[in-house]
Amino acid sequence: MSKEQDFPLWEIFIQSKRGLDHKHVGSLHAADAQMAIENARDVYTRRNEGNSIWAVLAENLHASKPEDQGAFFDPADDKVYRHPTFYVMPKEAKYI
Amino acid sequence: MAESKEEALFQEKVDAEQKIEPKDWMPADYRKNLIRQISQHGHSEIVGMLPEGNWITRAPSLRRKTVLLAKVQDEAGHGLYLYSAAETLGIGRDELNDQLLTGKAKYSSIFNYPTITWADMGAVGWLVDGAAIMNQVMLCRTSYGPYARPMVRICKEESFHQRQGYEIMNVLSHGSPEQKAMAQDALDRWWWPSLMMFGPSDADSPHSAQSMKWKIKRQSNDELRQIFIDRTVQQAEVLGLQIPDPELKWNEETQHYDWGTINWDEFFNVIKGNGPCNKERLTARQKAHADGAWVREAALAYAGKKAKKKAA
Repeated sequence: MSKEQDFPLWEIFIQSKRGLDHKHVGSLHAADAQMAIENARDVYTRRNEGNSIWAVLAENLHASKPEDQGAFFDPADDKVYRHPTFYVMPKEAKYI
Repeated sequence: MAESKEEALFQEKVDAEQKIEPKDWMPADYRKNLIRQISQHGHSEIVGMLPEGNWITRAPSLRRKTVLLAKVQDEAGHGLYLYSAAETLGIGRDELNDQLLTGKAKYSSIFNYPTITWADMGAVGWLVDGAAIMNQVMLCRTSYGPYARPMVRICKEESFHQRQGYEIMNVLSHGSPEQKAMAQDALDRWWWPSLMMFGPSDADSPHSAQSMKWKIKRQSNDELRQIFIDRTVQQAEVLGLQIPDPELKWNEETQHYDWGTINWDEFFNVIKGNGPCNKERLTARQKAHADGAWVREAALAYAGKKAKKKAA
């Protein structure tokens, strides 16, 4: 079979309702951004799942490395004072 | 064979029900096994469009035609979800395509049977999609994240596939004597191939034990097949149709149906390429791919031109 040039890969993000965040739903191949968005409509929103679509070229997406997951997220591990439950409140005080 | 430290950590994660993601370390065989299974699954969705596409222009009413179109369009979407899941494991779309078109990759052997009457659209939806859903519900809990996530979406979408098929069977089996006979004939032809969809018996299934350990599969072939039979018998009774198995009998002790024997020679013969429609299906896919070449080329040329214009 003759070798054909592949369409680039796009990662697709869908906002299901106004006001919500865009969520990753999967990926697809398309020649350009417009085709990516139109195909994403047909592939991922056949039942009104979407209100807005983002298409990002997969090669432009950068990710943290799972192998240093431990060390990378370590700094957040021992800082309980970042949570409201860390603080002692007098019982009499209301709405705090 | 001693497990490496990485392998032990991997198994620990799997045992703790943590999903494996594309960039995580995984055993080479886990990757290979998944690529094989996910691509076969994707190819099945794509080839699965053909037996039903066969009836789109001849559907008996506009309602049935719209439904069938929507169903076939869903299958195309499902094929795409699965291909993208396979690609996260490092195989390219072109390679996946080549493997299907050259006959190197397999797809579910059920799609090598012909759909010769309208009742086949009913039986395929009810039985074939019904069996596929059982498998896919299990796969929603598979250990590989990018495989599990589209399964949830697929299961949601496919429940209409099974129901529309059962509706067709229900209308036919309560229609004229000719219509009822047509429904019975479809059940007669699709029953055994549907049971084969769950794969060989656990004892003869080459990948089963390892897949269970890696939690790619969560239930065995025989287990799923039995649940399918137990559910479907009651549904056939509602239709007033006979399941073509003289040995089928409720077993009070096991609380399951006992049933006859699958003709595994037929199963392996169809897998080997000797089913009624193997050649036709492959030729149709090859033709579709070749006929679409100019569209893909034009789209790329257009995208290139637009990018150049924007840069200028």
